[in-house]
Amino acid sequence: MTLLTVNDLWVRFPTRQGVFDAVRGISFELGQERLGIVGESGSGKSMTGRSILQLIRKPGVVQAAEISFQGRNLMELSERDMRSVRGNEISMVMQDPKFSLNPVMTIGAQLMEAYLQHNRDSRQNARNKCIEMLEAVSLRDPERVMDAYPHEMSGGMGQRIMIAMMLIPDPKILIADEPTSALDVSVQRQVLSIMDRLVRDRGMGLIFISHDLNLVAEFCDRVLIMYAGRIVESCPASKLREAKHPYTRGLLNALPRLDNPRTHLEVLQRQDDWTHAALEETQ
Amino acid sequence: MVSVTSQPEEGRKSAPFPAWLRKFLTTCGSIAATMLGLLLVTFVIGRVMPIDPVLAIVGERASQESYDAVYHQLGLDKPLMVQFFYYLWDVLHGDFGNSLLTARPVSQDIARVFPATMELATLGVVIGMFLGIPMGVLSAVHRGTWIDQTIRVLTLVGYSMPIFWLGMMGLLLFYGILGWVGGPGRLDIFFEGLVPSVTGMVLVDALLAGDMDVFWNGFSHLILPASLLGYYSLAYISRMTRSFMLEQLSAEYITTARVKGLSERQVIWGHAFKNIRVQLVTVVALSYANLLEGSVLTEIIFSWPGIGSYITTALLSADMNAVLGGTVVVGLIFICLNILSDLLYKIFDPRAK
Amino acid sequence: MSEQTLKQWLLSDAPTSRMQARVAGLYQGWLRLTSNWMTLTGLIILTALVLVAVCAPLLAPHDPFEQDLLNRLKPIGYDDHYLGTDSLGRDILSRLIYGSRITLYIVALVTLIAPVVGLLVGTVAGYLGGWTDQILMRTTDVFLAFPRLVLALAFVAALGPGIENAVLAISLTAWPPYARMARAETLTIRSSDFIAAIRLQGAGPLRIITRHIWPLCISSLIVRVTLDMAGIILAAAGLGFLGLGAQPPSPEWGAMISEGRRFILDHWWVATIPGLAIFTVSLAFNLLGDGLRDVLDPKDGGHG
Ligand SMILES: Nc1ncnc2c1ncn2[C@@H]1O[C@H](COP(=O)(O)OP(=O)(O)OP(=O)(O)O)[C@@H](O)[C@H]1O
Ligand SMILES: [Mg+2]
Repeated sequence: MTLLTVNDLWVRFPTRQGVFDAVRGISFELGQERLGIVGESGSGKSMTGRSILQLIRKPGVVQAAEISFQGRNLMELSERDMRSVRGNEISMVMQDPKFSLNPVMTIGAQLMEAYLQHNRDSRQNARNKCIEMLEAVSLRDPERVMDAYPHEMSGGMGQRIMIAMMLIPDPKILIADEPTSALDVSVQRQVLSIMDRLVRDRGMGLIFISHDLNLVAEFCDRVLIMYAGRIVESCPASKLREAKHPYTRGLLNALPRLDNPRTHLEVLQRQDDWTHAALEETQ
Repeated sequence: MVSVTSQPEEGRKSAPFPAWLRKFLTTCGSIAATMLGLLLVTFVIGRVMPIDPVLAIVGERASQESYDAVYHQLGLDKPLMVQFFYYLWDVLHGDFGNSLLTARPVSQDIARVFPATMELATLGVVIGMFLGIPMGVLSAVHRGTWIDQTIRVLTLVGYSMPIFWLGMMGLLLFYGILGWVGGPGRLDIFFEGLVPSVTGMVLVDALLAGDMDVFWNGFSHLILPASLLGYYSLAYISRMTRSFMLEQLSAEYITTARVKGLSERQVIWGHAFKNIRVQLVTVVALSYANLLEGSVLTEIIFSWPGIGSYITTALLSADMNAVLGGTVVVGLIFICLNILSDLLYKIFDPRAK
Repeated sequence: MSEQTLKQWLLSDAPTSRMQARVAGLYQGWLRLTSNWMTLTGLIILTALVLVAVCAPLLAPHDPFEQDLLNRLKPIGYDDHYLGTDSLGRDILSRLIYGSRITLYIVALVTLIAPVVGLLVGTVAGYLGGWTDQILMRTTDVFLAFPRLVLALAFVAALGPGIENAVLAISLTAWPPYARMARAETLTIRSSDFIAAIRLQGAGPLRIITRHIWPLCISSLIVRVTLDMAGIILAAAGLGFLGLGAQPPSPEWGAMISEGRRFILDHWWVATIPGLAIFTVSLAFNLLGDGLRDVLDPKDGGHG
């Protein structure tokens, strides 16, 4: 079942040097699956995620033929209707937990706010729900966490709190923007498996943004490769090794591999025509 | 598990006292040093003044003996260091000497005039706060639009007005032409002395005595100068609010709040504003301190018998003790407000603990 | 190269020399500065002020000191007194025009004294550190702790009234913020690698401070001075108004307001017009300073 359809999405920033296109006409679909978006820094991954929620900051502009979620075109919704979609139906875990939590509010207050925004319920019930959710993301001593301030948390705890906060209203789609890049490898695995379990249990669609090809290949069902605001390649994660686009090949060749060790790794050689080339393969 | 606790422990190892005590002592030390410096400056100013304090007391035609007697009595024959210690000693006992103009102890004079200034500055800062903060938030939220531009121009105009001139224009318009407000002074002449002076603040005294006529008359005199001071502090408060707010609104947690589906109002007041409250306390305290000073010229225009007029009148009639006493008091209040705002910062910001 | 217009040369993305890069940087800053109508207004007003001050004898219709007791307190537009006359029958417009010289004089003097003192104290404190730093910064704190106008009043009381003394008093109260700023800058610059490299080459502290640290502090100092200028003008006018600044018959604007104060209810223009002049000039400085800050600090914000 298709949850989300994105058709010809553009994100533009007017700057002093002229208009800068951060995302240039991409299209994709998301079902109840784990979709990875990979690309180098600045390729427009975060902007893609944010534009789905219509959260591009001014002066940025989103244009799209369609961004439809369960048959509703999000581009045509009023700001008010869009608010009932945000958090409730589509949620997003931000890139950096350190800056993504309000520093002067307790974590409990922020979690409960996420729940109470979309559910009429007593504060006590809300609190219990939040504690449950904190347990679900394997945080120890959730009572203490509830009353703590963000600066008292470590990076890994913060990331799990963010995931808990975004899952509390039980959305249909979760956009996770590099949810693990701030973490060390062992915690990374832990957070990923927690997210994997929750997404699978609840039958959500997941958009997993990352710049780590290996991780995405392993963790996702399908992968989109972005370069300079375009999707240059789209393939099932299992077929990633057979990818055709020179940029993807370049990325793959730049990675060390256990099954095919080499004496030196190649450096990615960019070519101008990648930026200009049209999308090679459509779904 | 939590990494935060490790740092204070490190500090503890190297010092004999707990970290907070050390911090407390350093703060006290630096406050004391600042106050000492302040007194040193006023002392030096007092010494280089081209006014002979002895002549000021004994008069031009006094004999050499009586001159010498007073010279000795004032300790002017002692080395400067000793004189400074005398001065310190006196000030610490609240003794600023006698005023030439009123022939009373300066400390008593100041205690008498200070409430008037406080009343004026307090209402001024209240006006500035209640208008300035919403205006600052508004212009940050609507950054770059005509709202922002209008508020920006309005605040710049506030910054650029000579306050004494604005006061004169206000008097001309609202008192002279329109007759909406009371004129110079704190009360109309026939209301004076009707209520007993308890706090020295006319409005408060009138309320305590339950005399609403006096209250409204006092209010009609107070509102114009207080609004002017309010405009002045509004300019400062709203600009600071705007820049704090802009900083917060570009923070990532604001996007998080929007992702949750919060309304713009919840995002602005529930999230961003919560983060600037502590900074705003500092700003308001500072602008209160600035108003105490800004009131010097306003008081003169409005014949307001506060500390500003006191210092200036004293200055113009070469009443040195009064000038220095007034300067020291205003300086001390200034320092205290600064310390207070620092303290509030530390108390209210969860990150500062 | 020769086919390029000057504009292209200035706006080029790939400067070919250090000089071009620097000039181009300045030019782009200039473009941004003048693209904002508020800044531009400020700049135009200030240019006009300088022109008026320079050409005062040509522009003024009358002698600013010439009294004409028969034509006292004449209203705006009376005869050839376009802005009326004051209580001694002097032409207000001419006094205003000559007064601009005094304003500029004050501005120039304070700009020469306060930032220089601040820069000196701040960089020395920041560079040497230790006890020097402690003592200098404590002193700075003491001066910062005073309300400025009150301190200036006390200074003028000690020095005696007069325009030079007023300037001195204002400068004495204006330097501490510059010292703090310069110190903060020095601290960051001091610990940078390039200073370490210069030190390895054998440069002494004097050379490092004057040749390498000062130039880097200048730009933020300029913004700060521009922003403070309005306050300085207001302070000077305030002192003049109290009779502690420029002495009569000098056509200083603050003193003119003070003279006109007695007649405010019946002859409003005598006090109103010089006030407008003060307001316009200090507004111009504020507009310019605001724009400068935007250009030098694209993040926006900053402190009033
Ligand atoms: N306010 C803005 N004005 C102009 N350009 C912007 C703005 N915000 C982002 N961009 C541009 O949009 C492009 C895409 O940014 P985006 O954050 O999506 O990158 P990303 O793929 O998420 O990179 P990373 O892996 O570093 O997070 C970048 O090239 C960036 O320069
Ligand atoms: Mg990103």
